[in-house]
Amino acid sequence: MSEVIKIATRESYGNALKELGAEYPNLVVLDADLAAATKTGVFKKAFPERHIDCGIAECNMMGIAAGLSLTGLIPFASSFAMFAAGRAFEQVRNSIGYPHLNVKIGATHAGITVGEDGASHQCNEDIALMRTIPGMVVMCPSDDVEAKAAVRAAVEYVGPVYIRFGRAAVPVINDRPDYKFEIGKGVLLREGKDVTIVATGICVDSALTAAEMLAADGISAEVINIHTIKPLDEDIIVNSAKKTGKVVTVEEHSVIGGLGSAVCDALCAKHPVPVKKLGMQDVFGESGSASALVEKYKLDGKGVYGDVKAFLGK
Amino acid sequence: MTNLELQKMANEVRKGIVTATHAAKCGHPGGSLSAADIYTYLYFEEMNIDPKNPKMEDRDRFVLSKGHTAPGLYSALAHRGYFPVEDLTTLRKLGSYLQGHPCLQHVPGVDMSSGSLGQGISAAVGMALGARMQGKDFRVYTLIGDGESEEGQVWEACMFAGHRKLDNLCVILDYNGLQIDGKLEDVCSAEPFEDKFKAFRFHVINIDAHDFDQIRAAFKEARETKGQPTVIIAHSLKGKGVSFMEGSVDWHGKAPNDEQYAIAMADLEKVGEALCQK
Repeated sequence: MSEVIKIATRESYGNALKELGAEYPNLVVLDADLAAATKTGVFKKAFPERHIDCGIAECNMMGIAAGLSLTGLIPFASSFAMFAAGRAFEQVRNSIGYPHLNVKIGATHAGITVGEDGASHQCNEDIALMRTIPGMVVMCPSDDVEAKAAVRAAVEYVGPVYIRFGRAAVPVINDRPDYKFEIGKGVLLREGKDVTIVATGICVDSALTAAEMLAADGISAEVINIHTIKPLDEDIIVNSAKKTGKVVTVEEHSVIGGLGSAVCDALCAKHPVPVKKLGMQDVFGESGSASALVEKYKLDGKGVYGDVKAFLGK
Repeated sequence: MTNLELQKMANEVRKGIVTATHAAKCGHPGGSLSAADIYTYLYFEEMNIDPKNPKMEDRDRFVLSKGHTAPGLYSALAHRGYFPVEDLTTLRKLGSYLQGHPCLQHVPGVDMSSGSLGQGISAAVGMALGARMQGKDFRVYTLIGDGESEEGQVWEACMFAGHRKLDNLCVILDYNGLQIDGKLEDVCSAEPFEDKFKAFRFHVINIDAHDFDQIRAAFKEARETKGQPTVIIAHSLKGKGVSFMEGSVDWHGKAPNDEQYAIAMADLEKVGEALCQK
């Protein structure tokens, strides 16, 4: 087997911005004194005149992004998820969402894989917050390939978009010639018949690993990658639930309001089946290495495997 | 327009404010009336705009950061020809495009949705920066409230505008001294305003908000000020023009009833008649 390549999706964000910056002269990037961490520094180096550091004032940054968009520019407002979706929630809601402006929000350092900084910086609520805003597209790519594709799709789409990126390096899993990204379109990664595992972000890789382990136990798991939580690809989920009759959701996010809740909303209305939501179980995170945290909160392949087996009563 | 013409128009704008809030049975007449002369000067004299083409590409922009005084903005827009003056009576009613707070997508001439205090000024700063980055020479105006200035975001925006030397930005502070809970000095005053704006690298101009000579001179000075943004601290009288609303905190967010409406309109008619004698 060839060596697994690992890249943090925040790196993908910076690289995609640099690439798209060359194609789109009206693309501008804002940051709030975190350009080195959000990786927009890569864009800044290539296009210094189009990089706007707003200082440590995220609420104002969102307003500035709104104003810039109204002059024909395509702004990417960047910060940690905690501050982009959390601190500046109301600015995103009222200054970007309500007027439905063409502003893109690049939120890095989402979830517990922020690691050592601890709970204050580990945002497990951003998907829930962002998906309540009417008209907001919410994406959570699973690897480098998908993250770059999501950024490109966001530029091509007209309207507000929130994209969630991670701090930790994660395996590249979508590197195949036929890979295609479409906003709002889920991806069937593995067919199965006993249970459906719906995952987003870095948990897609965990779901694939878990499916491998389950297969060794004679359990056939279907794996669906939901890179766009809103608008949700309800059909792919409902069709799979009809086949397997059981659904497990996996996300590096609170089980309240995120992917799991979105999937339950769809299934409740269209095809109710038992659902197990894996993620942060209404708790704050803590300091530790990303890998130690993912293991502790059972979001790695082994953790997902164990919880799926328990859910299936096997 | 001459000062007399502006005064007459401002009086009509005030009638529109009173009529709209009376019809809505709610809304914010006090702070709309205090800024009526500013709205009038901006839309009838200062800004490069075209009511026939509200989205004209390189038009000057206005953001009403103190968005609750939408009746003032709507009345000025209506009188300027963006939409029928008669529509002002649909303010705040179900199905009306005249939402309680300015809405970019529904109201012709509104350049930014606003109402949540502290946010409009940031968008205005973004517009000013966008103009500069693209080498466009349009100007951006934003009206903020004195009570609104208790929001930290106002000063985040000022910090940025001063740092970036955005001389195409003109902030107008409607300094009427009153907010919902009472006088600024009793609630939580952000004074000294002048020192604060100077500390944030603004050029500061103080004027009487109801004197068109001073208003005219201030906007000219703002246009001519280079290398820093300008703030016009417009010392105003809340409820200006309506006898029982003047200087009264009670009329921040309350509409006149039928009887009060009649008195208010009589007050304004009297002002109008006096102006016609000039």
